[in-house]
Amino acid sequence: MQVNEHEWSIEAKSSLFDLKLNEVWAYRDLLWLLVRRDFVSFYKQTILGPLWFFIQPLFTTIIFTFIFGNLAGISTDGLPKPLFYMAGITAWNYFADCLTKTSTVFKDNANIFGKVYFPRLIMPLSIVVSNLVRFAVQMILFLMLMGYYYFIGANFNITWAIALFPVVIILMALLGLGLGMIISAMTTKYRDLAFLVTFGVQLLMYATTVIYPLSTAIEKYPAYAWIIKYNPMTPIIETFRYGFLGEASFSWNSLGYATGVTFILLILGVVIFNKVERNFVDTV
Amino acid sequence: MSKIIIKAENLGKAYQIGQIGTGTISRDLERWYAKIRKKEDPFLKIGETNAQNIKSESDVVWSLKDINFEIEQGDAVGIIGRNGAGKSTLLKILSKVTAPTTGKITGKGRIASLLEVGTGFHPELSGRENIFLNGAILGMRKKEIQRKLDEIVDFAGIERYLDTPVKRYSSGMYVRLAFAVAAHLESEILIVDEVLAVGDAEFQKKCLGKMNEVSKSEGRTVLFVSHNMGSVRHLCDNGILLKNGKISSVGNIKEVTDSYLTQNIVDVSNSYSHKEGSRLVEIDNVKLEKIDKSFKIHEEIKLSISFNNKHIDKVTCCFFILIYNSEGECIAGSFQTDTDQKITLEKDKGSLTFSMPNYLYPGKYFISVGIFDDGGHFLDWVEYAEIFESSGLYMNNSLFKERLGITIPTSSWKYNG
Repeated sequence: MQVNEHEWSIEAKSSLFDLKLNEVWAYRDLLWLLVRRDFVSFYKQTILGPLWFFIQPLFTTIIFTFIFGNLAGISTDGLPKPLFYMAGITAWNYFADCLTKTSTVFKDNANIFGKVYFPRLIMPLSIVVSNLVRFAVQMILFLMLMGYYYFIGANFNITWAIALFPVVIILMALLGLGLGMIISAMTTKYRDLAFLVTFGVQLLMYATTVIYPLSTAIEKYPAYAWIIKYNPMTPIIETFRYGFLGEASFSWNSLGYATGVTFILLILGVVIFNKVERNFVDTV
Repeated sequence: MSKIIIKAENLGKAYQIGQIGTGTISRDLERWYAKIRKKEDPFLKIGETNAQNIKSESDVVWSLKDINFEIEQGDAVGIIGRNGAGKSTLLKILSKVTAPTTGKITGKGRIASLLEVGTGFHPELSGRENIFLNGAILGMRKKEIQRKLDEIVDFAGIERYLDTPVKRYSSGMYVRLAFAVAAHLESEILIVDEVLAVGDAEFQKKCLGKMNEVSKSEGRTVLFVSHNMGSVRHLCDNGILLKNGKISSVGNIKEVTDSYLTQNIVDVSNSYSHKEGSRLVEIDNVKLEKIDKSFKIHEEIKLSISFNNKHIDKVTCCFFILIYNSEGECIAGSFQTDTDQKITLEKDKGSLTFSMPNYLYPGKYFISVGIFDDGGHFLDWVEYAEIFESSGLYMNNSLFKERLGITIPTSSWKYNG
């Protein structure tokens, strides 16, 4: 038998920045298989199958339209209400799913992680990609709704910023991933954070321009609008809305700011994740 | 041609025992403060060995310490030791599941580790899908699995169920499939942890056969952890014996397993201990009447038990005896009430005699003696009260030859023409 001369070593200390990205690449097949597993196991033994992906954004949109749009009368920048909310919800859901699922990655996979080695980074990456499938399905719903409003001649228009759509997706994915990994690393020791996440994500939604436009927030609460402005998800959602619906506060500066924050959090997340990964089996 | 394929230097692993999670922020800060002053980690100072029965002040324990060994290519190495000796920790470090606290291991080639069968199997997915998923988790590329698919399915014997979700599999099929995937991974080093404890006898044999083939004819290195000295001896050429986190013996498998077995005996001879019971009646002494403690097959084993009833005027009770083999498994038990009445003890010292024919296979055995009262409550229960050896000679001094089973019942044979 031909001996693989690949040499390895297992050491007590490792460099903080040894991220083993070449290993992640070597395990890329696993990434796809995990995504496939998540997708297939989601709809096995269900009647509606992937249609379930539609139901949540659809009903949330209806309820938001009714409560925030009609009952509370919050402005939607002159856009059709369902369209406005669904744009926010679709984008927010993707980010929130990436964040919450990534933040429990050690806890959920303690069993596998305790028995087999593979680059741990594969797991959060597979979560982000699996959610992308879900996001794509929900985007179809959003596009259908856009088609409907276009047909009845509602007031919205697609702008050039739609070209930024891939950037928006990547930013949401990486932001959710980075933040999620930081939290996941800390939850291995301090379990309380896990509770904070589910609750915190809900609160964070209200500090993001999901149910109101940024312009209204600035107009009504000029003193507190900075909280919303400096929330990196705000420029991302605003860009998304501006691209698809043509009405939002888009600026290159704020998008640049969101990109900066995303990459800082991502790098921090990956470094912390890699550090914790080495010993988490002993504490979890 | 022999090359070092795995080399461990000064390997150690410390665990924190007791509550993890309370007060960790303050502890973490303390650690961090020590680190920036370049002081030693305050929680790792105490270099205790891992003796689980000794209560200690420190809550850091070295599960492995000062481990040094070299393994040559193509070797089949058995890692043995009692529960808690550090075997699993060593395997976990080798398979990169957890990082060592000190030292390092270097090696060449790919490692496939089988700490558990079927890790990552998803019940909803079909056998085929799980082969790919499990294979990928173990580090195989998709192409590689594709190439080996027929072989894996064939080995597991599940052709008919290949596209059925594994949740409908019998547990045997499940285990066969899982082992098959791992065994067909093209790795230079295979690490196996007692997975053979599952599955039926025939499959266990098949697994052992496969592992044998892997090490002997394919020249791959196998590390095997098991409590079953029989399969370790069958499969391995060399052994590493761990004791309380340290290497206690290395070398030829026969010698290492022997020293494991005698280590148990020695440990036990001075560990007469009260395991349970109110001790209203206490067992003072348990002694075999035969001084050399070695018995031929079917020779009478006579044991005298002396006790002291200091507290109760009259107590009705039942004595019992349990016999353990050198691996710590209880293999036989005898209660006074099996053949006799319960007895009533006066408030006094006393003694009784137990006897039985030695129907045990050659080996060392421990005796544990206990008493319980009318209500079934333990009055006393002494572990490791006495040890004896079944010598492997028949009463006519001919030699017993190895065969299947664990006992040699007294029996009679009659030819009826």
